[in-house]
Amino acid sequence: MSEKLPRPSSLWEYANPRRFMALSGATLPFVAAGTTVALIVGLAWGFFFTPDDYRQGSTVKIIYLHVPSAMVAINAWLMMLVASLIWLIRRHHVSALAAKAAAPVGATMTMIALATGAIWGQPMWGAWWAWDPRLTSFLVLFLFYLGYMALWAAIENDDTAADLTAVLCIVGSVFAVLSRYALVFWNQGLHQGASLSLDKEENVSDVFYWPLLICLAGFVGFFVLLILIRTRTEVRARRMKALQARERMT
Amino acid sequence: MMPDLGKYAVEVLSAYAVTIALMLALLLLSLRQSAKTRSALREVEAARQAKATAKGKADG
Repeated sequence: MSEKLPRPSSLWEYANPRRFMALSGATLPFVAAGTTVALIVGLAWGFFFTPDDYRQGSTVKIIYLHVPSAMVAINAWLMMLVASLIWLIRRHHVSALAAKAAAPVGATMTMIALATGAIWGQPMWGAWWAWDPRLTSFLVLFLFYLGYMALWAAIENDDTAADLTAVLCIVGSVFAVLSRYALVFWNQGLHQGASLSLDKEENVSDVFYWPLLICLAGFVGFFVLLILIRTRTEVRARRMKALQARERMT
Repeated sequence: MMPDLGKYAVEVLSAYAVTIALMLALLLLSLRQSAKTRSALREVEAARQAKATAKGKADG
C-alpha cells in the first residue's frame, strides 16, 4: 500500500481503501494531537478553574463529561446512519467498515452519558434513574448499539452483515433522534433542556460555556481519532481475509 | 490545586474516574487490536510474497 496514488478528482475516491489508508494515516497524528490538547485543556479548565453552581454545587463539573459524551453518542449513530446509507446505495466497503468501527465508540459514549447522568442525578433528583422520555430513549439507543455490534459479530459474510446492520441502523436512528428531542416532543420528565444551543438565550452561563465547548471539541476529536484507528484496523482485517481466501483458492 | 468539591466530592470524582477509565480502556483496546491486525497482515503478505518468489524461481 505504499505506491503513490494520483490526485483524487472526487470525494468518492476516498472510498478506495488504499486512498483511505493514505489519507487517514497522514491525518491521524494531527487529530491525536488536537484531541489531546482539547481534552486536557477543556477538562482541566472545567474541573479546576470553574466555580460551583449556586444550586447544583460542585456537581456542575459533571457537565464537562455528560454533555459531550451524550452529544457524541447521538451523533455517532447518525454518522453510522450516513455510512450505512452510503453502503446500501453505493456499496463502498470503507463506509460499511467505518460504521462498524464507530459502534463500540458510540456505545462507550452512551455508557459514559448514562453513568455520569446517574451519578449526577442521584444528588440532584434524589434518584439514580427515572423512566423519563430522554433517559429511556437513551437506554434504548444503548441497547441498539449492543444489538448492532452483536449482529456484526454473528454473521460470517461481511457483505450480508453490512446489509443487515445498515437496516438495523436505519431503524435505530429513530431512537437517536428521540434521545435528542425527547424533551421537545413530550415536554415532561426530570431531565433539563439543552445545555448548548444555537440560541444564546438557552445556553449555560458563560463561565461554564467555554470549557464545555472545548470539552465538546475534545470528545468529538476523540471520536474521530478512534474511528480512524478502528476503520484502518477493519480495512486491514478485510484485506487479510481476502488474501487468505485467495490463498485457499490457489 | 485540588478544588474544594464540598459534599459532592464522591459524585464528581467518581464521574471523572468512570469517564477517564472507559475512554482509556477503549483507546488501549483499539490500539492493541490495530497493532495485532497490522502484524498479522504483514505476516500474510510476507508469506504470499515468499510463495510468489518461490513459484517464480521454479517456473523460470
